[in-house]
Amino acid sequence: MNTLIAIIGLGILCLLFEIFDARKAIIPIVVIGLLAVLGLDISEYNAAPTYHYNNMIVVSKFSSAFSGLFIILTIFLVSLGNKFYENHSTKISDFIAIKIFLLAGAVAMVSFGNLAMFFLGIEVLSIALYVLASSNRLSIKSNEAGLKYFLMGSFASGIILFGICLIYGAMGSFDIVEISELSRSAELPVWFPIGIVLLFIGMLFKIAAVPFHFWAPDVYEGSPALTTAVMSTLAKVVAIATLYKLVKTMNADISPAFQLIIVIVSIASMTVGNIMALRQINVKRMLAFSGISHAGFMLMTLLSTAKSSGTLLYYTSAYALAGIAAFAVILYVCKTRENEDITNFHGLGKNNPLMAAILTASLLSMAGIPIFGGFFAKLFLFSQTIESEFVVLVVIAVINSIISVGYYFKLILAMYTKEPNEAKIPTPAVYYAVAVIAIVLNIALGIFPSFVLDLL
Amino acid sequence: MNVSLLLIILLVGAFTTYFAGDKLASKVALLFSLVALGLSIALLNAYNAGENVNFFKYWINKPTVVYSLTADGLSLIMLLLTTALTPLIIYSSFGNEYKNAKSFYALILFMTFAMSGTFLASDGLLYYIFWELALIPIYFIALIWGNGDTEERKKAVVKFFIYTLAGSLFMLIAFVYLYQKTGSFLIQDLYKIELTQTEQFWIFWAFFLAYAIKIPVIPFHTWQAKVYQKAPTVGTMLLSGIMLKMGLYSVLRWQIPITPVASRTYLPILIGLGIAGVIYGSIVALRQKDLKKLLAYSSLAHVGLIAAGCYTLNIDGLRGAVLQMLSHGFVVVGLFFAAEIIHRRFDTREIANMGGIRTQAPKFASLFMILVLASVALPTTFNFVGEFTVLYSLYQINVWFAVLGGTTIILGAYYMLKMYQQVMLGETNKKVFADVTLHETIVLVLIIAVIFFFGLYPRPINELINPSLDQILRTVNRIQ
Repeated sequence: MNTLIAIIGLGILCLLFEIFDARKAIIPIVVIGLLAVLGLDISEYNAAPTYHYNNMIVVSKFSSAFSGLFIILTIFLVSLGNKFYENHSTKISDFIAIKIFLLAGAVAMVSFGNLAMFFLGIEVLSIALYVLASSNRLSIKSNEAGLKYFLMGSFASGIILFGICLIYGAMGSFDIVEISELSRSAELPVWFPIGIVLLFIGMLFKIAAVPFHFWAPDVYEGSPALTTAVMSTLAKVVAIATLYKLVKTMNADISPAFQLIIVIVSIASMTVGNIMALRQINVKRMLAFSGISHAGFMLMTLLSTAKSSGTLLYYTSAYALAGIAAFAVILYVCKTRENEDITNFHGLGKNNPLMAAILTASLLSMAGIPIFGGFFAKLFLFSQTIESEFVVLVVIAVINSIISVGYYFKLILAMYTKEPNEAKIPTPAVYYAVAVIAIVLNIALGIFPSFVLDLL
Repeated sequence: MNVSLLLIILLVGAFTTYFAGDKLASKVALLFSLVALGLSIALLNAYNAGENVNFFKYWINKPTVVYSLTADGLSLIMLLLTTALTPLIIYSSFGNEYKNAKSFYALILFMTFAMSGTFLASDGLLYYIFWELALIPIYFIALIWGNGDTEERKKAVVKFFIYTLAGSLFMLIAFVYLYQKTGSFLIQDLYKIELTQTEQFWIFWAFFLAYAIKIPVIPFHTWQAKVYQKAPTVGTMLLSGIMLKMGLYSVLRWQIPITPVASRTYLPILIGLGIAGVIYGSIVALRQKDLKKLLAYSSLAHVGLIAAGCYTLNIDGLRGAVLQMLSHGFVVVGLFFAAEIIHRRFDTREIANMGGIRTQAPKFASLFMILVLASVALPTTFNFVGEFTVLYSLYQINVWFAVLGGTTIILGAYYMLKMYQQVMLGETNKKVFADVTLHETIVLVLIIAVIFFFGLYPRPINELINPSLDQILRTVNRIQ
């Protein structure tokens, strides 16, 4: 609970910085502040859940562990802003403040105890993202991305809200504990499942799972690169964690029909995402599709909600850390370029071996090659899914992993086999730092998987 | 002392090599590989003296994964092969200049690390991790330092990577499935497992995909020739000398003991595939114009026979296969090195551009001749021991297997000698061919010494591997 309050306080502080014209100091102070918040969050990590404000907020192991991940991701994303917003230094405190509020929304989303709080969280997060998507206001593409995201996102929010209304109509309560108790009774009004399905659809939209993924590639491509990084790491992880919590708490015994839907959506996301990614030449678009396929993988955790929360935390951490490292390199490479086409990465292996190695490592992690966190994430996921007896789903997931190697390696090949088309550009130290730390954390995750896995 | 020390040395060696800089890299790498060789000999002594060299430490709680390294005779001999070939391979590369040498040699040591781990791991998941880790360095070695047109090389190497990765992922599913059955990845628990016929069927083929692609067994060999041709010679040596032995070793260690019924059921098919590889490889080798490709196909023929030996499920077949793995490892490295020596002087791999070297370089000619003869399994060479044992075991199953498998000697002699004739004999070549330098001679002589020593006196190896192979066969025969 205190974590959430502290985050909001930090966000307000950011806005005040503008008044006192202390923009230069903003990023170091925010990073320190976030580290303090992280400490606060760790201190709240307790076995027994605590309830606040009439069960509006429930602080449990689940919420603190995921909040910790979100805070770490935000620290990275804020630090990257240092160089990224160099040319917009007058507005930097807005951008940073929006990110902090986005984090507040994210934390609210994983620690909700009431559907009203959940909706509040999702709106805070989404509105922050709409603004960030169109934050490059002179670029037509960024405007397009923001508008598209806003239209589609508000539609999804509407569907979620409608779902919540139906659930309220059926149960007479917004409180998820009450709803989950009532849902065990034999006689359920028909609009309860309808409400759940609508909620599910809205969340599938947020995590960009097929068939609700159409917004993702355009929005990812059009948004400023740092916003894309936020969307593909933080926002995706938040959405899937929230969906997991919704399904787990409100729908104690998942019916076979619902499982079938999850299996189908998961297979469709993996396959469509991977096959579309093969043909992309823009790296951001490619990562958008890769994110869609990862959403499919993460959905597999919903098939065994009783035990899979540790797996989900592990998968999301490995995926997001690899994503952060990859985006740090992408930001560096495309700093002076107009777009993020693969041609920009030609010869990076010669120009900047360290950055190329980091991008390679993060792509290998996403592809699931051992010793990187991504491999263990997939391993635990597959192991869990086989335990729940979905062997065919695992086989399809494995085939998808093989397909994904195709496009991840396209980028690696571009870096190592092509000649550089431009002279070396100097690397800002902060990009190095973020990329190195993120990838080291990812590898550490691979070497000591139990550390994260046993948190939940 | 235990085996984890060896892995640590190799890993530290890889990093030290990288930080030693381009100039010193090759020497540092050689030093570390020699230390590793010395250490593995020491480990062998300790093992023979009855010391416990195994390493066991819990790693991940759930799923239970143990950092468990076990050395028995079979693992140790494969380890020795790896650590003996690595210094030779590194030393053989001394005549070449490599761009960014520090990464190159660091990757070689890293690959040795991963391959040694594969031979030692006795926990299924740990083994899988080492197995996959070995793939990354060779991918970059072949991709960055390879030769020929970049686009073609890229295609070949990516195909190789995706192929092998695809195969191994199915093995991963098999391991995860086995884990769900037994609750453990440890080999001793997996050996005890009793699976139904259908389960064995699926798991057997999942393993088979991984190993057949790595070895490679027909019809999964299509990546091989191109990659051998395009990779730098060092990469080709690592691939053919050590890496493909990973597949063969895994058949013995993991596949047939875990799924004995399926192995017995499919025995004729598997031996048939192996022998088909022998004949196909030999015939295709006859028609090759590129020296490295010819050697690649000859290697395909040889490993076909080794694979057939592995699947015979009798002690002679297994022993012959292991002996043949070792001898093939040394001979193939020697042959590829000979090809490299010619390439250094003539800058070509086309057989048509060679010829008439013998008169200019008599020393090289005789060393090369010995390697060629060893490759066609002339008695007194190491290859003869292995090949003969495998053929004998095939004969015990069906005389026709032995007859067809025996064509390897006839066809092998034909294409190898024909190759030798075209490359070395004939009118003196107009281009100057300097005879082998001292360090090239050292590499070749060392290889030849090993070939003859164990060709005449294979007993120490037999004594080392027999208990392990007996153990494997006992596990295979636990279910009748």
